[in-house]
Amino acid sequence: MALIKLAVLFLAASVCLCSKHKSEKVPKLVNSQYGSLWPLPQSAQISVSAFQLSRSSFQIVHAPKSSAGPRCYLLGEAFRRYFEYTFGYSKRLNKDRKQSGAGTEVSELQVLITSSEPQCDGFPSVSSDESYQLTVDQPTAVLTAPEVWGALRGLETFSQLVYKDEYGTLHINKSEIKDFPRFNHRGILLDSSRHFLPLKVILANLDAMAMNKYNVFHWHIVDDQSFPYQSSLFPELSKEGSYHPYTHVYTPADVKMVIEYARMRGIRVISEFDTPGHTQSWGLGQKGLLTPCYSGEKPSGTFGPVNPILNSTYDFMTQFFKEVSSVFPDAYIHLGGDEVDFSCWKSNPDIQKFMEQQGFGTDYSKLESYYIQRILDIVTGTKKGYMIWQEVFDNGVKLKPDTVVEVWMGNALEEELHNVTSAGYTTILSAPWYLDYISYGQDWQKYYKVEPLSFKGTDAQKKLVIGGEACLWGEFVDATNLTPRLWPRASAVAERLWSHKDVRDTDDAYSRLSQHRCRMVQRGIPAEPLFVGHCDYEYRGL
Amino acid sequence: MLKNRASSCNASEVSGSFLGDVLQLSCAALLLLAIVPPAQGVWPLPQSLSSSAERYPLSPREFNFLYGKGSAVQPGCTVLDTAFKRYFRITFSGYGGGKPLTVNKKPGCVSPDGSRCGSAPLAALVVNVHKDGCDGFPDLNSREDYKLSIADGLGSLSAVSVWGALRGLETFSQLVYQDQEGTYYINKTDVVDFPRFPHRGLLLDTSRHYLPVHSILETLDAMAYNKFNVFHWHIVDDPSFPYQSPTFPNLSSMGAFHPQTHIYTMSDVKQVIEHARLWGIRVIPEFDTPGHTQSWGKGQPGLLTACYKGSVPSGTFGPVNPMLNTSYQFMSMLFNEISSVFPDSYLHLGGDEVNFACWKSNPDIQQFMKKMGFGTDYRKLESFYIENLVKIVTALNKNSLVWQEVFDNAVKVPADTVVHVWKGNKEQYSQEMSSVTAGGFKVLLSAPWYLNVINYGQDWMEAYKVEPLGFNGTAEQKKLVMGGEACMWGEYVDATNLTPRLWPRAGAVGERLWSDEAQTSNLDTAYDRLAEFRCRLLRRGIRAQPLFVGYCDHEYERI
Repeated sequence: MALIKLAVLFLAASVCLCSKHKSEKVPKLVNSQYGSLWPLPQSAQISVSAFQLSRSSFQIVHAPKSSAGPRCYLLGEAFRRYFEYTFGYSKRLNKDRKQSGAGTEVSELQVLITSSEPQCDGFPSVSSDESYQLTVDQPTAVLTAPEVWGALRGLETFSQLVYKDEYGTLHINKSEIKDFPRFNHRGILLDSSRHFLPLKVILANLDAMAMNKYNVFHWHIVDDQSFPYQSSLFPELSKEGSYHPYTHVYTPADVKMVIEYARMRGIRVISEFDTPGHTQSWGLGQKGLLTPCYSGEKPSGTFGPVNPILNSTYDFMTQFFKEVSSVFPDAYIHLGGDEVDFSCWKSNPDIQKFMEQQGFGTDYSKLESYYIQRILDIVTGTKKGYMIWQEVFDNGVKLKPDTVVEVWMGNALEEELHNVTSAGYTTILSAPWYLDYISYGQDWQKYYKVEPLSFKGTDAQKKLVIGGEACLWGEFVDATNLTPRLWPRASAVAERLWSHKDVRDTDDAYSRLSQHRCRMVQRGIPAEPLFVGHCDYEYRGL
Repeated sequence: MLKNRASSCNASEVSGSFLGDVLQLSCAALLLLAIVPPAQGVWPLPQSLSSSAERYPLSPREFNFLYGKGSAVQPGCTVLDTAFKRYFRITFSGYGGGKPLTVNKKPGCVSPDGSRCGSAPLAALVVNVHKDGCDGFPDLNSREDYKLSIADGLGSLSAVSVWGALRGLETFSQLVYQDQEGTYYINKTDVVDFPRFPHRGLLLDTSRHYLPVHSILETLDAMAYNKFNVFHWHIVDDPSFPYQSPTFPNLSSMGAFHPQTHIYTMSDVKQVIEHARLWGIRVIPEFDTPGHTQSWGKGQPGLLTACYKGSVPSGTFGPVNPMLNTSYQFMSMLFNEISSVFPDSYLHLGGDEVNFACWKSNPDIQQFMKKMGFGTDYRKLESFYIENLVKIVTALNKNSLVWQEVFDNAVKVPADTVVHVWKGNKEQYSQEMSSVTAGGFKVLLSAPWYLNVINYGQDWMEAYKVEPLGFNGTAEQKKLVMGGEACMWGEYVDATNLTPRLWPRAGAVGERLWSDEAQTSNLDTAYDRLAEFRCRLLRRGIRAQPLFVGYCDHEYERI
């Protein structure tokens, strides 16, 4: 993904630095009728009559008729989490006054799962039902959802409806909310290769994702720079290819923990093992995997992409992806396939000979396609679906009908979306949402204003756009700056992917998002400020 | 691009690399370097440093910082007592105090890379300070030069003042490293060092966002690691007034974001000043007037100019009202308080970006203009205000720092006023530096160092390449450059993102202001040291962001 980045870098460098207190266009702070809700539900009726909530009497419980009960560990954990978000972590010394006046207090949130398959022990998928309905009234509020996934989203919404008055008393207004996501795939890409990301950072960001109703963690786990994934079958990969074989790796237990932590929050984990390019670190622990580059007649000692002409390559990949497909439960694996540099292949006489044999002439994209085709077949054999970067589609590789093409190139974006969907493939959009590109000012607005379906195409084509991803590539990001760089900028993308397409009022969004970011800060996420101002509870960490 | 790739290897220099020698040819050479201890890795680069492969182990159980027999300061010196304690922890940051670490004391031992271990461990660093004075505050004329020598198992640090000793301790701490087995070493080294500029500042803005005290204290720590010596505290501005004034408590109770949680109490301010003093850092507060004062008006009715819409007051307010005696009485009392709270001999008076629209709209101001013979030149009114304010401050025995507009508008100010240049591109600020110094004024540069403005990529390089003396002027003029300041304005910065946004980018400014320009003109070698230094900052608990791809042995583990 480096080529495009360079171009942007030049653009960014030309931004003028004219004034000390340079001001971007700052939206107006308005009193949004939707309070601090983020992302905005599809339909929300919030009445003016308010009820109180008391820490000592309020409970989140399973509704009597719910198909999920006390054995639903996932919901039990969520109840506790959202109780803590709602009431804070500190234990009060004085018990709250019991409200005697009937009709002023919400004392219970009942969660009613209606499907006979509540999915308590399942994994979320692209077809999971995340819809829910929330009725806030006294004395009981009711959250109804077909599956636990919708209940998780509804709990987040409920917690966002609660607010404190000047005396510290918690209130919630009588409300009626019907909600469902506009797009099913709402992802965040984190890159743990260019910099290693400690587990804590990944888990904290899964929390933040849930606060923003994201449902896919796209784990760009390995790349040229390092191979932190500890493979059980090929332990040498991380032993040789990670920055450090003990402190900078993800053990199988780490990976499991990420997957389970994500599941509990209704988030899928899609791992990306990008080949044949972006694989320098693979070569360290798997000799013979990469193509030896030549300088004239002799090997130069450097290596290029995966060697596509050897049977041993495909034997390795078959075993490796077999492991990956059992470690990661999601139905999809991301296979990468972007930015393959042909110069090394061109330099290698064995590759040249192979090209001749296959009748590829000098078209190395045919060799790339040959490789990818075989990898796709291997992965298909593991019963997984796959996602790929757009180049694979552009090069005309034969894809399964359920392949998801990820569009990341900013030039001719709409044309690409048109082409991919008219070929009948599902697609997700990440080109406008490369959040690693930073600039001065309120760039969240830029991300917010994107309309994923603005390309030319039939309704059927538009249905093939299943969502998008905000990408935070790791060249300049590690545990020190990842979280404030991602949030609340990624929140802008979250609303674009969840809420109705007509939700575009920047003033209203700014007002809700400012409060939402303070809420994230209060929940321990160091989300950076949108502009001048303050939160009641400032970030206390360092 | 190639440079960047090479750099990705260097980031791992501290420990040697498990990535092996494969990625790029350019890495191979650098990895060889990685085996040699990072004895050159001091940031900012000392004026003169020579070292050899001979090295001495240090045992955290036995090592001591000691006062020299002939030193003018002795135990009981708060600055150095505190510094010794701090630098012990910093120097041995991997030391838990548990089991004794194995230190190889055998003479003539050979370490894995073949270098000699030195005949004996380094048992102590003996510090000699020639001038008494442990209870004072650093100032513009403080001596920060020092000499550091590590030889024959003996460490000695000498400096004229305790402030110089502090700089030397920082350098010492950066010369100590751990090998793969965890043993601490320092190489035979000689350092002769002094700053290129006496004023090396960092501006934090606590008005646009409130910064909790611990964020400020942490920033002061990181400043000391970078040999910064001035904390420019832009404490109040339009959005909020967090400074709690005993004389005018309404200023913060009405003007802060919150009167209890978003203020600096007198004890907070004292804590900041003392913490800074112990690091040899001056605290210069800025109370910017007559513009940038919206928050002042809330707690001090009548201070600001009432704006008019036609012939009636519009209900909004402009800059400080410059025609009322009450304004000057108020300023006199407030600055009287400020000048006793803040011990530094300089106060920053601001004076930037005064918007004339409100003054123009006000009929009383119009009349005053006529009376004073200012015509319609509102800059004369601004000058009138500033001149009065400077008189007040001068009477309090303080010197003034002002933003460049005060000079541009030809305000009559005392000759020792320092003009702070903040506007424009290279050509413009160079021209301004030229004019200010030609006018005989001392000057500070900030224009190219607005670190709140961020870009994708390695923007520290732009800050690094700045040459503060690159303007046209005589040698006499160049002597008037006191230094510069990195500025972190607060529009988009609070406690959540301040530290990673500031460090290590401000480190580039730190080196430019401390080190010799000829020895620090190479970005590649600077990258190597800075990448290593940022890992050091992490080890010390400072959430400094990465320069580029790579890793540190000890990553930041908190959220």
